[in-house]
Amino acid sequence: MKILVCISKTPDTTAKIAFTDNNTKFDTAGVQWIINPYDEWYSLVRALELKEADPSSTIHLVTVGGADADPIIRKALALGGDEAIRVNADSHDSYYIASQIAEIAKQGAYDLIFTGKETIDYNGSSIGGMVAELTDLPYVSLATKFEIAGTRATVTREIEGGEEICEVDLPLVVSCQKGVAEQRIPNMRGIMAARTKPLKAVEPVAADALTTVAGFGLPPAKAGVKLVDPDNVDELVRLLHEEAKAI
Amino acid sequence: MPVLIFIDSAEGHVKKASLEVLTYGAKVAEQSGTTAEAVVLGTINEDLAALGKYGVKKIHHVKNEALDHLDAQVHTKVIAQVADAIKASVIIFSNNVDGKAIAPRLSVRLKAGLVSGAVALPDSSNGFVVKKNVFSGKAFANMAVSTPVKIISLSPNAYKIVAGEGTAEVVPFNATVDQARVKVINTTKASGEVPLTEAEIVVSAGRGLKGPENWGMVEDLGKVLHAALACSRPVADAHWRPHNEHVGQTGIAIAPNLYIAIGISGAIQHLAGVNRSKVIVVINKDPEAPFFKAADYGIVGDAFDVVPKLTASIKKLKGIA
Ligand SMILES: Cc1cc2nc3c(=O)[nH]c(=O)nc-3n(C[C@H](O)[C@H](O)[C@H](O)COP(=O)(O)OP(=O)(O)OC[C@H]3O[C@@H](n4cnc5c(N)ncnc54)[C@H](O)[C@@H]3O)c2cc1C
Ligand SMILES: Nc1ncnc2c1ncn2[C@@H]1O[C@H](COP(=O)(O)O)[C@@H](O)[C@H]1O
Repeated sequence: MKILVCISKTPDTTAKIAFTDNNTKFDTAGVQWIINPYDEWYSLVRALELKEADPSSTIHLVTVGGADADPIIRKALALGGDEAIRVNADSHDSYYIASQIAEIAKQGAYDLIFTGKETIDYNGSSIGGMVAELTDLPYVSLATKFEIAGTRATVTREIEGGEEICEVDLPLVVSCQKGVAEQRIPNMRGIMAARTKPLKAVEPVAADALTTVAGFGLPPAKAGVKLVDPDNVDELVRLLHEEAKAI
Repeated sequence: MPVLIFIDSAEGHVKKASLEVLTYGAKVAEQSGTTAEAVVLGTINEDLAALGKYGVKKIHHVKNEALDHLDAQVHTKVIAQVADAIKASVIIFSNNVDGKAIAPRLSVRLKAGLVSGAVALPDSSNGFVVKKNVFSGKAFANMAVSTPVKIISLSPNAYKIVAGEGTAEVVPFNATVDQARVKVINTTKASGEVPLTEAEIVVSAGRGLKGPENWGMVEDLGKVLHAALACSRPVADAHWRPHNEHVGQTGIAIAPNLYIAIGISGAIQHLAGVNRSKVIVVINKDPEAPFFKAADYGIVGDAFDVVPKLTASIKKLKGIA
């Protein structure tokens, strides 16, 4: 089985969110970059488990990003995976990114394409669906479990207030979230092995960007907490009822 | 060039999120001097015409039971047929489970720029710009869409439902429906409970509760408020509570009217999933807990003392014995 895992680079979850250039650019000063948690913890690890179950499988990683994404993709290779492809382009438009991944996907004729549920910076939740449409493949989003038997996948996905189990024949695109696998920590052997694994940079194909960021902003600061005495819980209820009109 | 709204349903019922997008879509249509139309797929056991009170004029119903279960590929092709037929200029989804599956595919199919997770009406004073959440609710971005057809998926709970007068004209739409490749074989729903993403009130608890055996008081509070329950990540990781209650950066993101956090420290990754709640109440015995900085109301106290009192006090307010 050939598996393609999409890896994106995001600011660390505790990074300070600030903007420069008249609020048009994310301020990267002092920001630590990590593998998007959904990609690292869930889709990549599930792919590794599938390969452990069927060692004839190959896992390719793909990222769309500049050379500054190389450390991130090396870190992903340290967890596992056979080789990585970086499409040398910097874009935040989902359609543009998906077009690049779809091109790699078509060339590699993968049986399975994994993405994360969403990137924790742009929160698009879009790339998986777009890649699926561009490659004319079925798409199961928000997977919480993924099993495979022969060429048939059984995927559990989130629905409002519950779960749904579906069956789909390969090839397909799946977006992964919590439940699909458990986070792993890279070990020394993996880190050493990653140094010599192929990481090739390819140039992007021509594709349009359908959206652009006109500007960023921060939500207004909270007015400050109103503290209520623990012996006067009725007062909290009154405030919630009369002032906040929340109950 | 009307606005087209996707009415999402499950088991024959229109989801609450659809009422939000109907209200929102009608407003978008009004802003651009056009009318709001909608599309609904599969079997519906409700009076669709009554949805006119949210401002939609015409509802295209593709009444084909093959569409009762979601296959994003099949649904996308059907919605695209409706969008083409009515020459829709803006297409609106909820950024809920189905919206996340369908909207990106439709964006490719129609080559229409997509803004997912929108939190406000589009601003067309200079192009077409839609405000959306980024950095897990820690910031927002104004996204400019440059394509002739635009798609917006609206963040759940970001736009208030407004019901007025009126009925919609419901018309059957004959679409080509492909054979589904995704076959749904089982659906499980926690019955009788409010789905977390649709809940107006969420009661949430963390490691401060010490163990799963102490959740009874949280459930009691949830019950009197008709609230959905949530928890912090370590609580789900330790299997004190089911995974589908885990909120935060790596769990579910919610935006209820009221979020009550009990024994949760308020780590940045937790806040990322709940900071869009309108009113936040924090109950924590540590006055230095970071959550108080993000809260509107707070009680510095022991949850085991405060929560039962809170439940009793709300019962009194609601006149429940
Ligand atoms: C990449 C990444 C992603 C993450 N994603 C998430 C996520 O999605 N969601 C999430 O929740 N976390 C997430 N975390 C974990 C997060 O950083 C915190 O560790 C976690 O939220 C802490 O959970 P907690 O508040 O329940 O526990 P603690 O931090 O242990 O806090 C317990 C609180 O309870 C209070 N307390 C104790 N006893 C009582 C009492 N009797 N009465 C009242 N208060 C009491 C304490 O004062 C304390 O503030 C993530 C971490 C990382 C690194
Ligand atoms: N630049 C990128 N390169 C490779 N994969 C990406 C990139 N951006 C997003 N993805 C993948 O698509 C998923 C969803 O991203 P998004 O639609 O941006 O929220 C992520 O979890 C990644 O798996």
